Amino acid sequence: MCDQMNGDVIEIHDLVKRFDDKVAVDHLDLNVRRGEIFGFLGPNGAGKTTTVRCISTLTDFDEGTISISGHDVRRDQMAAKNCMGVIQQQISLDKDLTIRENMISHAMYHMIRRDERDARIAELSDYFGLGEYLDKPVDSLSGGWKKRAAIICAMLHDPEVLFLDEPTTGLDINARRLLWDIVRSLQKRGTTVFLTTHYIEEAEALCDRVGIIDHGRLIALDVPRVLCDSVGSITVEYLEDGKTTYRHFKNRQDAQEFASRLETDSDIRIRRTSLEDVFVELTGRSAEVLG
Amino acid sequence: MIDVLRQSYYVAWGDMMFMKHNFWNILVMSLMSPILYLIAFGYGLRTGSTELGLSYVAFVIPGIVALSSLNTSFSATSTRMNVQRLYYKSFDEMMLCPLSLHAIVLGKSALGMVRGLLACGLLYALGLFLAPELQVTPLFVVSVVMNCAVFSFLGVAAALIAKSHQSMATFNSLVILPMTFLCGTFFSISSLPGVFQALLYCLPLTHASECIRAAALPDYYGFPWLCMLAMAAFMVAFYVLDWWLLKTRRI
Ligand SMILES: Nc1ncnc2c1ncn2[C@@H]1O[C@H](COP(=O)(O)OP(=O)(O)OP(=O)(O)O)[C@@H](O)[C@H]1O
Ligand SMILES: [Mg+2]
Repeated sequence: MCDQMNGDVIEIHDLVKRFDDKVAVDHLDLNVRRGEIFGFLGPNGAGKTTTVRCISTLTDFDEGTISISGHDVRRDQMAAKNCMGVIQQQISLDKDLTIRENMISHAMYHMIRRDERDARIAELSDYFGLGEYLDKPVDSLSGGWKKRAAIICAMLHDPEVLFLDEPTTGLDINARRLLWDIVRSLQKRGTTVFLTTHYIEEAEALCDRVGIIDHGRLIALDVPRVLCDSVGSITVEYLEDGKTTYRHFKNRQDAQEFASRLETDSDIRIRRTSLEDVFVELTGRSAEVLG
Repeated sequence: MIDVLRQSYYVAWGDMMFMKHNFWNILVMSLMSPILYLIAFGYGLRTGSTELGLSYVAFVIPGIVALSSLNTSFSATSTRMNVQRLYYKSFDEMMLCPLSLHAIVLGKSALGMVRGLLACGLLYALGLFLAPELQVTPLFVVSVVMNCAVFSFLGVAAALIAKSHQSMATFNSLVILPMTFLCGTFFSISSLPGVFQALLYCLPLTHASECIRAAALPDYYGFPWLCMLAMAAFMVAFYVLDWWLLKTRRI
């Protein structure tokens, strides 16, 4: 159904999306490689959901092109839709139906044959441990289980690319860890995963590459470790005038030297730079540039 | 074509399941208001016979059929779709799937059609019992089906345009409610001044009640083919509007 080729699965070129005069996505260029877990980070209102909605054809965009597995999302919409599954930021199940009915509906929308559909629902709900909830109404499940049901719905047609828009927001630690495992196993099955989040540790734990978006602009794009090195791989964290201050250094020696010269009686921590530091550094910088 | 019909069925399937889960509730709900109208206007305000020597009950029942097909079809489609779009977000979920837009329009209006026909069927069965002048004719069935379609399509459009539950309620009380009372449902609009008549003929329900009444009482009225043509025009117009709203994603 979808072309099996190597290289980039998602190609976004010069994407612009405006809401009235507000620019939500600003000339975004982004490619996602086949089989990778791509993390899309950004603060609230950065434009993550809008980007996902543009890619998944839910929202039309003003400029640029997007293609999924070589199918332009505007000209070749049906083929593009066939290649992707989307788990939206909010739970998007029909609450008047049971979990199983939601899944069957989804399978029908994708024209999946009945026997194939039943087998797939059984297989996936087994895998996610959802079996006993299948015939319950949606609202009798907790948020984490609803999310799992939504994930199954999005996976029924075995998409090449799966979009997860903040999948772990509102989940407890256990559910979050489980979801991480699920994402990893999806990757093993060969699915490309596009994940948006503002939990940095999530991106650090999962993603092969991350892009950071702020005010609709892509401000960084690379492997997490390389991004950390780009601001300085060692961070010194200390208290200055009652405010925690971070300084980044190329190596531990410079950091220690700097720390020894500090005139403060509070704790000084020297540690590896985390993705969170990169995020704060870069989004802070872009906030300054943009005023 | 076959493909579009199959897809429409798939789109409608969830709504049919919804109806199955709430069958008795829906049945009682869709009969409640027409029966109240019937009691209040047919018996309460009983005014004897009309100029044609027809009992008022026989006159008013086709009108109540017309208004309840409007009410049931419109609100069934628009309420459910509105909830799916604004609260459950399951409408987006459907838009993510490779479905033809025609199938979405047809499938989403199916709930209104089915519920409208069910309500009208039950009400008319009761009506046949109360007023022996009434008849079931093929034109009657066609008129009712068309009216259900007109208002299901309008319901889809309303749900696609509405930005909140509140705007839906406003549309209901500004457009739908006046139509139910004024469009020749409880009285013959030929008794109104010309200006009002002209205004009322701009509304789809006026044509529907004329068609339905004439088809139910073939011995008393000639069938107004022009009104049926107008109904068909409204049906096509609302269908195209739905399709266009989906196509241009003004949603
Ligand atoms: N339907 C809309 N109408 C008007 N403005 C919108 C609409 N949707 C999003 N926006 C604006 O576009 C910008 C980007 O929003 P978006 O939802 O993409 O952010 P996000 O990165 O997903 O944020 P969050 O982390 O809070 O989910 C925001 O400033 C938002 O106000
Ligand atoms: Mg978001």
